[in-house]
Amino acid sequence: MELLYFARIREDIGHSSEIISLPENVSNVESLIGFLRQKGQNYQTAFENEIIIRVAVNQAYVKFDHPLEDKDEVAFFPPMTGG
Amino acid sequence: MKVRVQQQNFNIAAEIKELCGNRTDIGAIVTFTGLVRDFHGENKIQKMTLEHFPGMAEKQLGNICQAADKRWPLQGGTVIHRYGSLLPGEQIVLVVILSAHREAAFEAAAFIMDRLKTDAPFWKKEQTSHGAHWVEAKDADIKKSQNWKE
Repeated sequence: MELLYFARIREDIGHSSEIISLPENVSNVESLIGFLRQKGQNYQTAFENEIIIRVAVNQAYVKFDHPLEDKDEVAFFPPMTGG
Repeated sequence: MKVRVQQQNFNIAAEIKELCGNRTDIGAIVTFTGLVRDFHGENKIQKMTLEHFPGMAEKQLGNICQAADKRWPLQGGTVIHRYGSLLPGEQIVLVVILSAHREAAFEAAAFIMDRLKTDAPFWKKEQTSHGAHWVEAKDADIKKSQNWKE
């Protein structure tokens, strides 16, 4: 699956995208965040506060209980501030 | 309605001209232009960087325009959002709405801006005299966006 990071989350993690294989114990967005948090301090910082994390799967906004498949593109970003 | 996400500046008059052409059935044109301010509270802003999610930004703006089209009797419109590095005074966003009557045009423009703030994947980073920081989403903006009931 392809992971995309934007704005503060991209800066905290240190890169804007990566490709991973869907880990066995990951079934939805919530558990993917849990998995990513184990990857290092940068990920832990990026995903520390769930209230300020928004998620899009295949370019559609979803909630944390949204199920995931290996072919999905998952984007993480903070609440939007355009306009 | 037309949606564009671009780095370059835009010209309001040119956009209106392109939309209206020789049409004589249009009764009202409402435009909104968002600019980069040079202050945020006490802080002096030197530069604003706008990041976006390519592809999804266009898609979301399209969805918002479609929702506006369903809600009001509109005769067309254009929404442009810029990204990249912008200086105070520069234009960020443009909404142009055409309608036979002004109420629909005013309301649709306000709706599109309110929804754009919370639903379109853009993020502002301000460079101030006290360093750079990401702009935080405002609760007031979220409330305004939610006030437009489905």
